[in-house]
Amino acid sequence: MKFLEETIIQLNVEVNDAEEAIDAAGQLLLKDQLIQPSYIEAMKQAYKKNGPYFVLAPQIAIPHARPEDGVNEAAVSLVQLKEPISFGHAINDPVRLVFGLGAASSAEHLSLLRKLTSLLNDPQNIEQLLQATTIDEIQKTIGMER
Amino acid sequence: MKILTVCGLGQGTSLILKMNVEQALGDMGIRADVEHTDVSTASSMNADYIITSNELAESLQGHKAKIVIVNNYFDMDEINEAVKANIEAS
Repeated sequence: MKFLEETIIQLNVEVNDAEEAIDAAGQLLLKDQLIQPSYIEAMKQAYKKNGPYFVLAPQIAIPHARPEDGVNEAAVSLVQLKEPISFGHAINDPVRLVFGLGAASSAEHLSLLRKLTSLLNDPQNIEQLLQATTIDEIQKTIGMER
Repeated sequence: MKILTVCGLGQGTSLILKMNVEQALGDMGIRADVEHTDVSTASSMNADYIITSNELAESLQGHKAKIVIVNNYFDMDEINEAVKANIEAS
């Protein structure tokens, strides 16, 4: 299980649209072999099919697919976007924090989501993640939830 | 009382919503069975309430359950408010 570890966080990332933002969050998981390339495709397909419902709060998107789409290990990555990007969500657009969720069918999946929920239920944490300019600052914010 | 939290795939976001809805219900002392699922499974399931986002509520129109919309899944104030306004302890 990998929850927002140093190697799967990227700050100040430039993308042109929502699909590239999803791709960036997926590439971090792929780089550490936490998912298969097919999982990134599945995340994009889910966005096309079901729309931007995974923009769960103002500025926050949590793209994901199904465990059977190619997850090696339950994980959450983070891409902080340089410029806010529209995902087409009526209320929570634009997005600046993209959490790539590698969904597994194990108990670890539940534990990851608990950590993520407790992190993001605190508006002060969200503010810190938005303002952070170094990985250290991000790690400090999420340290409590690990 | 049965409550469904619903998202597109039934894997991630509906589980997050379930956690926070259970928290809100617990704080208010309301006992309920909360399950998470995807939008197509939800349409053939029985429930008293369905909690989901505005984006997915449209595809659940016509369901017998009362639909409750939450826009910010991490805003406990909004979730508490939505539960208080729509869900009555049975």
